[in-house]
Amino acid sequence: MKILVCISHVPDTTSKINFTDNDTKFDTNGVQFVINPNDEFGLTRAMWFKEKQGATVHVVNVGGPETEPTLRKALAIGADEAIRVNATPTDGFFVAKQLASVMQEGNYDLVIAGRESIDYNGGMVPGMVASLTGANFVNTCISLEVDGNNAKATREIDGGKETLSTSLPLVIGGQKGLVEESDLRIPNMRGIMQARQKPLKVVEAVAAESATGIQSFEKPAPKGAVKMVDPENVEELINLLHNEAKVI
Amino acid sequence: MSVLVYTESEQGKFKKIALEATSYAKGIADMMGTTVTAISINGGNAEELGTYGASKVLEVSDSKLDQFNAKAYADAIAQVAKKENALVVILSSSANSKFLAPLLSVQLDASFASNVVALPESTSPFIVRSSVFTNKAFAKNELKNEIKLIGLSKNAFGLKENNTDASAEAFSPSLNDADFAVKVEAVDKVTGQVTIADAEIVVSGGRGLKGPENWGMIEELAEVLGAATACSKPVSDMGWRPHSEHVGQTGKPVASNLYIAVGISGAIQHLAGINASKVKVVINNDPEAPFFKAADYGIVGDAFEVVPKLIEKLKEFKVNNA
Ligand SMILES: Cc1cc2nc3c(=O)[nH]c(=O)nc-3n(C[C@H](O)[C@H](O)[C@H](O)COP(=O)(O)OP(=O)(O)OC[C@H]3O[C@@H](n4cnc5c(N)ncnc54)[C@H](O)[C@@H]3O)c2cc1C
Ligand SMILES: Nc1ncnc2c1ncn2[C@@H]1O[C@H](COP(=O)(O)O)[C@@H](O)[C@H]1O
Repeated sequence: MKILVCISHVPDTTSKINFTDNDTKFDTNGVQFVINPNDEFGLTRAMWFKEKQGATVHVVNVGGPETEPTLRKALAIGADEAIRVNATPTDGFFVAKQLASVMQEGNYDLVIAGRESIDYNGGMVPGMVASLTGANFVNTCISLEVDGNNAKATREIDGGKETLSTSLPLVIGGQKGLVEESDLRIPNMRGIMQARQKPLKVVEAVAAESATGIQSFEKPAPKGAVKMVDPENVEELINLLHNEAKVI
Repeated sequence: MSVLVYTESEQGKFKKIALEATSYAKGIADMMGTTVTAISINGGNAEELGTYGASKVLEVSDSKLDQFNAKAYADAIAQVAKKENALVVILSSSANSKFLAPLLSVQLDASFASNVVALPESTSPFIVRSSVFTNKAFAKNELKNEIKLIGLSKNAFGLKENNTDASAEAFSPSLNDADFAVKVEAVDKVTGQVTIADAEIVVSGGRGLKGPENWGMIEELAEVLGAATACSKPVSDMGWRPHSEHVGQTGKPVASNLYIAVGISGAIQHLAGINASKVKVVINNDPEAPFFKAADYGIVGDAFEVVPKLIEKLKEFKVNNA
C-alpha cells in the first residue's frame, strides 16, 4: 500500500495572531510553525500501517521553502519520502488541485489528510482531492483499517459515530482518535539523523486557478470587562443570565 | 436564478440550523433581487421553510437516502442547483454538511467559503466574512467563480422570520452505484441527549473537577439547563470523559448561546474553540485564571460549593418561570 500524508504547515496553537501590510498578510514574526495537529494524528496512523502492514509512506506539502523543516520533522517521525509542491497555497481549491495531481502521479492508494488545518480552518482540501480524483472520501475519520483493497473507517458525527466500509483509493480527513494523543511520536535523535538522508523532492505546481481570494483580515472587537458575581449569591448570576444576557 | 439552501432534517423534522440557513439564504436573495429555493431530503414540512423565507421547496423522498451519504447527497444537491440555475448555494456547518461541502464545490466548480459569519459585504464582487485561525480572526474573502458555495457558521445569523408562501415540488435525483461506494454499516448515536453541535447551552468541566467521579454535578447542571456537556482536552486525554466531549482548537468548536466553564483555566487552545459562543460564564477558584479575561460573567469560588448551589437555585428559577 502506498500512502500519502498531507501535511499543512501551521502556526503553533499558542501563536499570537497578527497581520501586516494593511491587514492583508498574516504576520509570521515570532511565530513557530508546526505540523497541523490533525495531520500529526494521521501521520502516526500511517506509521502504524508502515510497521504492521509494510506500507510506504510519503508526506506532501504545498508551500514555499520555509515549510521544509516541517517536512523534515515528518521524515524524522518515520515517513520514507517528502514532496514539496513549490507554490504559495493561495486557496483550498488550488491546494487540492496540486495534491490531486501528486496523488495521481504517484498512484497512491490512500491519502491521509486532516479534518481541517488550524490556520484557515477551511475543512475543504481532503474532500476536494477525493472529488477531483474520483477516490472515496471519509471525513472526521477517527479510526481506519485497511485489508487488501477494502477499508473500514469510523467517522465522528454530531452526537455519536458511524462505521463505514469502502474501498481504495481512499482519501480521509482525519483527527484525534485515529491514534490516541499518547501515541503521537516525537522525533528522536536517530530519526532526525536518518531524516537528513531521506529524499525531499521539490516539484513545480500544476496550472490551477484559485477560486477564492482573501482581501483582508480583521481581529475580533475587544471584549467588555467580565462581571463578577459573589459565590454566596448565585441568584444574581441567574438573574443576569435571564434579564441581561437573555440566554436562559 | 435563485439562491439554493440545503435544509437538513432529523427524523423528518427540520433542524434549527436548517431554519437559520434558510433565513440567511433569504438575506442574500434580497440583496440579489431573487428568491430562495430549498432542497430537503426526506425532510420536514415545506411550510416551515416558508416561514423563514423559502419560496419553493424541492422535496426529495428516497429510502436510499434515509441514511446520510455524503456523495449521494452532494450529487442530489448538485442536480437541483443545476436545474434551478442557482448561483449561490448555502449549507450549514453540521458534521454532515461539512462532509459533503467540498464534494459539492468540485461538482459545481463553485468557489467555497466555510465558517461564514455574516451576509456578504457585497454581491458583486461577492465578498463574505469568515472566521479563521480558530476564531482568533476574520477574513474578507472574495468568491470568484460564477457559482458560490457558502458554509454558514452556527448561530452566526440567527433565525429571521419572513413569511413566504412556499410551494412544494417533488424531485427525484438520478443516483448511481458510485454514489454509494462508501457504505454506512452502523450508526452509534446517543438519542435523547443534546449534542454539542446542536446545543443552545453547553456546560463544560476541566481538570479542576479532580476526577470523573465528580461529573455528576456537571451532568445535573446540564440537565437543568437542557444543555450539552463538554470538557477540556486533558479531561478527555485522561479518559475522564469521552473524546467526543473535547472542545477547543483541536477538539470540537462550540458556538452556543451560553457556555459555562467549570474548573477550566482558559488556555489559549481552549478559548480558540469556544470563542464563538455568545455568553461565557466561568467558575474557578483562582481569581487569576486567564479564563476570566475572556468571560462575560465570573464567579471566583470552589466548584464543589458553587455548582450545587447554582443547580438548586436554577431549579427554583425554573419552577417560578414555568
Ligand atoms: C497543540 C495543543 C492543542 C491543544 N488543544 C486544546 C483544545 O482543543 N482544548 C483544550 O481544552 N485544551 C487544549 N490544549 C491544552 C491546553 O493548553 C490546556 O492544557 C488545557 O486546556 C487545560 O485544561 P484545564 O483548564 O481543564 O486544566 P488546568 O489548566 O489544569 O486548569 C484547571 C483549572 O481548575 C481550577 N480549579 C481547581 N480546583 C478548582 C475548584 N475546586 N473549583 C473551581 N476551579 C478549580 C484551577 O484554578 C485551574 O484554573 C492544547 C494544548 C496543545 C499543546
Ligand atoms: N498547503 C497544504 N499542503 C499539504 N496539505 C494541505 C495543505 N493545506 C491543507 N492540507 C491538508 O488538508 C487538510 C485540511 O486542510 P483545510 O482544508 O485547509 O482545512 C489539512 O489537515 C492537510 O492534511
